[in-house]
Amino acid sequence: MNSASCAAKISTQPFSLNPTSPASHDRPLVSPKPASLFLGSTRKLRLSSSSKLNLHRRSGTVVAVSDVVKQKKSKSTHSLLITKEEGLELYEDMILGRAFEDMCAQMYYRGKMFGFVHLYNGQEAVSTGFIKLLKQQDSVVSTYRDHVHALSKGVPARAVMSELFGKTTGCCRGQGGSMHMFSREHNLLGGFAFIGEGIPVATGAAFTSKYKREVLKEADCDHVTLAFFGDGTCNNGQFFECLNMAALWKLPIVFVVENNLWAIGMSHLRATSDPQIYKKGPAFGMPGIHVDGMDVLKVREVAKEAIGRARRGEGPTLVECETYRFRGHSLADPDELRDPAEKAHYAARDPITALKKYLIENSLASEADLKAIDKKIDEVVEDAVEFADESPVPSQSQLLENVFADPKGFGIGPDGRYRCEDPKFTEGTAHV
Amino acid sequence: MLGIVRQKMLEQSLKKIRPAVSVLRSYSSAAKQMTVREALNSALDEEMSADSKVFLMGEEVGEYQGAYKITKGLLDKYGPERVLDTPITEAGFTGIAVGAAYYGVKPVVEFMTFNFSMQAIDHIINSAAKTNYMSSGRISVPIVFRGPNGAAAGVGAQHSQCYAAWYASCPGLKVLAPYSSEDARGLLKAGIRDPDPVVFLENELLYGESFPVSDEVLDSSFCLPIGKAKIERKGKDVTIAAYSKMVGYALKAAETLEKDGIDAEVINLRSIRPLDRSTINASVRKTNRLVTVEEAFPQHGVGAEICASIVEESFAYLDAPVERIAGADVPMPYAANLERMAVPQVEDIVRAAKRTCYRSVS
Repeated sequence: MNSASCAAKISTQPFSLNPTSPASHDRPLVSPKPASLFLGSTRKLRLSSSSKLNLHRRSGTVVAVSDVVKQKKSKSTHSLLITKEEGLELYEDMILGRAFEDMCAQMYYRGKMFGFVHLYNGQEAVSTGFIKLLKQQDSVVSTYRDHVHALSKGVPARAVMSELFGKTTGCCRGQGGSMHMFSREHNLLGGFAFIGEGIPVATGAAFTSKYKREVLKEADCDHVTLAFFGDGTCNNGQFFECLNMAALWKLPIVFVVENNLWAIGMSHLRATSDPQIYKKGPAFGMPGIHVDGMDVLKVREVAKEAIGRARRGEGPTLVECETYRFRGHSLADPDELRDPAEKAHYAARDPITALKKYLIENSLASEADLKAIDKKIDEVVEDAVEFADESPVPSQSQLLENVFADPKGFGIGPDGRYRCEDPKFTEGTAHV
Repeated sequence: MLGIVRQKMLEQSLKKIRPAVSVLRSYSSAAKQMTVREALNSALDEEMSADSKVFLMGEEVGEYQGAYKITKGLLDKYGPERVLDTPITEAGFTGIAVGAAYYGVKPVVEFMTFNFSMQAIDHIINSAAKTNYMSSGRISVPIVFRGPNGAAAGVGAQHSQCYAAWYASCPGLKVLAPYSSEDARGLLKAGIRDPDPVVFLENELLYGESFPVSDEVLDSSFCLPIGKAKIERKGKDVTIAAYSKMVGYALKAAETLEKDGIDAEVINLRSIRPLDRSTINASVRKTNRLVTVEEAFPQHGVGAEICASIVEESFAYLDAPVERIAGADVPMPYAANLERMAVPQVEDIVRAAKRTCYRSVS
């Protein structure tokens, strides 16, 4: 089976393919090399992707989908993974994410956007691959790198751009900002600035789905939650606490790790004792999968499986997506620590180019179709900017609004109405 | 039925205005005794039976019947889906409760003591308190964080801190501190029904204390307003403002002061955020002297905030500087005699009140 052949490749591969440099991830699997050559020396890692892909062992009951897919793609006659409509939908979503983020960079440097802005360029395959499989009632919880998650989930580009400009027509009326995108309608629960903060919140949303089904007796409630977070977060205590509780209570959640190898300037390998994050899943009793996050079709296959598991009530899954961000951590990051060779390596694996190639090679779409989509998205993004530009800034009265859901903050009386509306409440006496 | 309750409560309040000799223990009709523990338990029970969206989460709340037996019997009554024993993961389970609250269910999270809430404070402040504002009103968080707060007896520095000032400084949270059983029942029910995050600071030493409760309090729809202080004892010479356990001490101090001819007015704050500034100011305008009492560390505390409020609004009415009684500015010591010195005692309050009345220089 796959795993047997993988195992065979694990011990031989690095020697033959990488004669000049020490091993990368597979430190525990090969004969020990001096640690000093490896730790902190990020230049030597991330070589050919094929050696990387064959190294991971699958854990849990999920099939090694990404290898299967990879082998399928190399054959000339095989069934296609997507239909034309799906392909175009995926392409459009990724182009929207890319064009939007590029426009954000432009707007930031022109002073229209301010504060902390974290762009998602290069990681679109993860967002599109996962979120396009969700229903509207399913939830997505993200980190500060949330613009594209919002767009994939269905929040209009206009609303996101206005929010970034700080205008009152934004999805949070300008009160949240780049890092705090919330949408009740699209079930986007943020947008959290503290890494690791979104994971328990996502677990809670999954908990509610189960609670609604079991206690509130909404028998068909099968909402799934996706929690997106990065490699740095996987060293945080809350991550482990939630893996434990999600597996313990069998919650309908998928933990999606967007492993882009860098937490601002801290390389994942310098920060983590065992860099293979997917292995942490089985430690808590859930399957852990590693997938090539630069390939939207592979991500989509894995996502289908994981989301299906959650929907059927079989519990959580941990999916590690190997991906890369083309830009710095944020627009204020000079991005000096990353090796240009590494960046070039991943730029060559641009998910959008890969999907485009796939669609054209398999005759699912023509160049003209794709160019039309490019043009359409350009217009959408330009329109979003215009809309945001023309929108008004929040009025002064908005400053003090919405601190509490209960308008004056005095609670609800026994008759179920707001206390502050009760004339007796505001009269002289302090007694009840 | 609710109209009658409100009318009865009004009558009740009218009765309280009449001077009573032994202040707390002898007013009103048909006084049944109830401990604070029973009050909290019954409040949780009633709210859980009235609304199936309310559920409990915390360490030892289920099979152990509650670390301080507050949730006794609730697991048997409501089952393990609604009374959840969690692993020791404050940050994790608090975050989970907040995420659930985003979707409209109403968690009541128990912290074994509020000292442990420091491990989860990111979720209390950043995910719960600020979310209604950040999402501009779209996502509200109807959650209650409850547990014992402040000093107990001989538990040492890491188990004795009072968190009222920390949480009350944060906009988006409501912070409640009950004293009597009536407060405990009314404020917890109000907090659970409230659509905003509520931090409910109980006191371990008060759990076993008994207070008289009237029929109105025992009614299942009884609720107290959040943001309104209660004048426990009317007076005219000095105002003593306190919350939680210190209200009891203030009342005892008032009895002592009465023998010396000083008629103290004791205010039970009940709600630290929103702070009932109007009641406190009205009282100070009447008595012209103020003593604030708290068990917490003095710097940047509740007393400091009250003092600032008085200075801003009623400066001209003050006849003497405001006296702030607080815990000692040290981590809580363990030795019993040192602990007694680190926490305000009744004599401290009496001396402070006398100082404001210029009856004493010590």
